[in-house]
Amino acid sequence: MAETILKARNLTKHFDITQSFFNLLLRKQKMIVRAVDGIDFEINRKQSFALVGESGCGKTTVGKLIMKSLELTDGKLVMEGKDITEINDTAKLKAYRRVTQMIYQDPFSSLDPRFKVFDIVQEPLLIHDIGGSIEERRELVKRALEEVRLVPPEEFIDRYPHMISGGQRQRVAIARALILKPDFIVADEPVSMLDVSVRAEILNLMKDLIEKENLTYLYITHDISTTRFFSDDIGVMYLGDLVEKGKVGDVLDTPLHPYTQALVTAVPEPKPERVGRIKEIPIKGEVPSGTNVPEGCRFHPRCPYAKKVCKNKQPPEKYPYDDGHAAKCHFAGQIEYDKEQYIE
Amino acid sequence: MSKKTVLEVNDLSTHYMTSKGDVRGLDDASFEIKRGEALGLAGESGCGKSTLAFSLLKMVQPPGKIVKGTIDLDGIEVTKLTEKQARKKIRWNKISMVFQGAMDILTPVYTVGQQMKEPLKYHKGIEGKEAREICVEYLDLVDLDAELFDRYPHELSGGQKQRVIIATALLMEPDVVILDEPTTALDVVVEARIMNDLKRLKKELDNSSIFITHDLSILAEVSDKLAIMYAGWIIEIGSALDIYHDPKHPYTEKLMAAIPTLHEDIDRLEYIPGAPPDLIRPPSGCRFHPRCHKAFDKCREEVPADRMVDGVRVKCHLYPED
Repeated sequence: MAETILKARNLTKHFDITQSFFNLLLRKQKMIVRAVDGIDFEINRKQSFALVGESGCGKTTVGKLIMKSLELTDGKLVMEGKDITEINDTAKLKAYRRVTQMIYQDPFSSLDPRFKVFDIVQEPLLIHDIGGSIEERRELVKRALEEVRLVPPEEFIDRYPHMISGGQRQRVAIARALILKPDFIVADEPVSMLDVSVRAEILNLMKDLIEKENLTYLYITHDISTTRFFSDDIGVMYLGDLVEKGKVGDVLDTPLHPYTQALVTAVPEPKPERVGRIKEIPIKGEVPSGTNVPEGCRFHPRCPYAKKVCKNKQPPEKYPYDDGHAAKCHFAGQIEYDKEQYIE
Repeated sequence: MSKKTVLEVNDLSTHYMTSKGDVRGLDDASFEIKRGEALGLAGESGCGKSTLAFSLLKMVQPPGKIVKGTIDLDGIEVTKLTEKQARKKIRWNKISMVFQGAMDILTPVYTVGQQMKEPLKYHKGIEGKEAREICVEYLDLVDLDAELFDRYPHELSGGQKQRVIIATALLMEPDVVILDEPTTALDVVVEARIMNDLKRLKKELDNSSIFITHDLSILAEVSDKLAIMYAGWIIEIGSALDIYHDPKHPYTEKLMAAIPTLHEDIDRLEYIPGAPPDLIRPPSGCRFHPRCHKAFDKCREEVPADRMVDGVRVKCHLYPED
């Protein structure tokens, strides 16, 4: 039985964007962006949980909430059995961030161009007072570089970021995250800036580290095609809500929520025999703004199956197959999904 | 019935003359496109895809220069044109391009309509109501409302802006449209819709297109013909169906295997170790040999010539020469 490492209950983050003095004077109505709107999920130890969705759906905000770089509006976060919702004194936060690290999307801007690879990777050690002498830290940095297969480490340790390729830069960013031996890594679009082959290489590496370093990932991505390989569980976000979750294979092969169905259908597949054929993308319009979340089911204005109940009542989480596969849809399990959605 | 060839490129080389030496961005590219045909151009960043596109428009910026070869665009020899002639004769008239990150090229201070009308006025002297009608017709082609004509770019979503750009590129009914990463910055649902539009347009207008992207999954949906580029070379070119099912060049083979699949469980993703070479001093012999899992002695010494293997043109010593 898999052990839960992170538990989120009713995780909520609302941003107040009325904050200008002028608007206060005018007593304008508060403008609230419901970036993350009461979501529940668990992540199991030594697994990778993928969080997917379109831009603006709130997936990065979830990552930031877990990193505690944003305060929760409501809800509860439990990491390794400890409630981390309320920790905000510096010492405890520091201890928490030692076991929870982050990898960012863009390796071209997440590394300081004036720092050498050594300085970049050793910085967490300095912050957490690990490794007494510079020699000791150099040894630790070398080991971290070997871990991400920047070998021989001597060749990379004294280079500047502009002297190495994009894939190598992302490895440096991973080494920096690994050097504190964390248990949990939030990886926010770690491969979206990289070429296909480099992307494959980095994902292989990150997957190997799960076993080698006892890691657990929250993998935030818009690229659904990589989740089948990299993740065990998946959550699909739409407009601040987690509309579907379950095992990657279940969710991608038999999506329950109409939004997930559209999303999965939209992913291009390398099947040249279908060249030129038009795909049926059943959903209409564009994602509404987070300040103006529709009543009832938030997906109903775009949903091809919407009924009256969808307009009036928020759908509960439904588990139609008695397993971990859930969707927030009134008709979960009743909507047929055809993988081959071509109309012409 | 064989269709007319609209674009024929022979031995095209474009180099960038930098202070460190010549960067061989594109070397000896040859291919042709027939009317109504879509060519997919794939490869890693820096392999010369965009250099090729800019060369076709005669829009290579200094220190870049076309150093060799010919481009026959429907009877016009593009390499011989002066800047002024190129602007008047071919750009947007015969060949147009949707640039990478195109969403950001709309000027925020003019309405969509004002920007769309510009090529009509410049090339055909069409203005006023007539220009508006033509623009609206093309907006409709890409599934956009006529009212968008009077809107400013900031009022449009990313997907809408991208559609405006595509509509503008089609406005002059060019023979060839080059699409450089047209959907890269877009979400997958929007991307799929735009791809649907492009497929429809191809059927309706019967124009030729060159589709540039590093994403082979997208190319599979639109390409009749596929060209794989590596380090400034076209290393494999042929029918898309043939190449997807049986890639000949070891590089293509690995590239195809690196695509993650949505509906199959896989343990490991294939990848190509190493990085693309420095194009000032490309490797001796075959430019891919330092990263190739099938390389042998000859690959290090001799530049491979193009050869035909099962109807596909490949630049690789693994196959016998013609």
